[in-house]
Amino acid sequence: MRYEAPSSLEQAVGLLAAATGDARVLAGGTDLLVQMRTDILNPELVVDIKHIPELREVKEEAGGFRIGAAVTGAELKEHPRLKSVWPGIVEAANLIGSTQIQGRATMGGNLCNGSPAADSVPALIAAGAKASVVGSHGRREIAVEDVMLAPRKLALAKGEIIASFLLPAKVKGSADAYLRFIPRTEMDIAVVGCGIALTVDANGAVSRARVALGAVAARPLLVEEAARALLGSKLEDAALNKLDAAAGAACKPIDDKRGTKEYRIKVAGVLARRAAAIAYERARKA
Amino acid sequence: MAKHHITATVNGDPVEFLCEPQETLLDALRDQLHLTGTKEGCSTGDCGACSVTVDDRLVCSCLMLGVEADGKSISTIEGMAQGDELHPLQQKFLEHAALQCGICTPGFLVAAKALLDKKPDPTETEVRYWLAGNLCRCTGYDKIVRAVLDAAAELRGA
Repeated sequence: MRYEAPSSLEQAVGLLAAATGDARVLAGGTDLLVQMRTDILNPELVVDIKHIPELREVKEEAGGFRIGAAVTGAELKEHPRLKSVWPGIVEAANLIGSTQIQGRATMGGNLCNGSPAADSVPALIAAGAKASVVGSHGRREIAVEDVMLAPRKLALAKGEIIASFLLPAKVKGSADAYLRFIPRTEMDIAVVGCGIALTVDANGAVSRARVALGAVAARPLLVEEAARALLGSKLEDAALNKLDAAAGAACKPIDDKRGTKEYRIKVAGVLARRAAAIAYERARKA
Repeated sequence: MAKHHITATVNGDPVEFLCEPQETLLDALRDQLHLTGTKEGCSTGDCGACSVTVDDRLVCSCLMLGVEADGKSISTIEGMAQGDELHPLQQKFLEHAALQCGICTPGFLVAAKALLDKKPDPTETEVRYWLAGNLCRCTGYDKIVRAVLDAAAELRGA
């Protein structure tokens, strides 16, 4: 194995594009090193992207935030303003693993690891985040919900790297929330995760909503029908019932040791109700 | 493949070592620098036995490459006592019988010190969540949590 730690995106892209064998990007390494250790992966080249400035910064940009793909969960939590504007994203990123994992794990890695149960991904999708992707043909911005295609399969070409995530400008009366269900209180993988971002108008009615679910299909889902259930409502029972039903209907889960299909579908609706209530309360104060 | 020449600071001392690109920081600490206080438990980032701090950030040394340590400042369990004088956390672990077999203890101590450096007056809940990534199969955790809270109180009073 060859290890490279370039200081620019151009160099990193060049190294990955020129690789003849399996080449992997190293951000926090909390998934990559486990997969190397257990012989799931045996890369010929590992490109450490943590020496590239854009990937390690959180910057305010165009009224929103640009978060470097290699910023750690611990750094997101310590950022002075991010959590007050996008609490759901910071909470989701901070649910990943232990304190030790938080010291290294990144949202770029969480997405590019290609797990349907990645906690930060539904929160990014709900927020309307764009991934800024850099490759040998330049830079493109794609919606986070379009990055992952299936388990371990991404819509990235050879040599392409996610450099950063762009969170949209803060709109008055907007907030987000993320909830996940696991069978214990810490250190487990989501049975279901739900991210919701919404905007409340001056009368307290929902004027915009995005609902995303994780761990209930082969990829994290943006559920437009569930978002429509909230529009115009003040989260009355009728709207929450529609949200619950739409969330459940969108699920195409698997049975595994963490939960059955039926259980995941049920929990998706419950988490959607609860996340909507938290996002709504936050939005009314925002 | 050629070994990498790594220059770092470990427990305040400048060190240099040679390391294979795929070698973990844990293996580099133990095998190149002969600092065997940091333990290998699961090797997959689940148990916390290999906890160290890198530039004051708590991490699992099994989930970091040795080559990534270049230019970094690392603290391990070996840097905790000052000569013959135990750190208050170490002393309280003894007083509270917060260890039995001891394999998890260096990781717990390093993790607990990272917490108290950041937050000198944690609640019991904060201690439990902070240490959720450190597994102990002997004590049942309660004695560890008591020892950390007691050490925190002593350090605040000192």
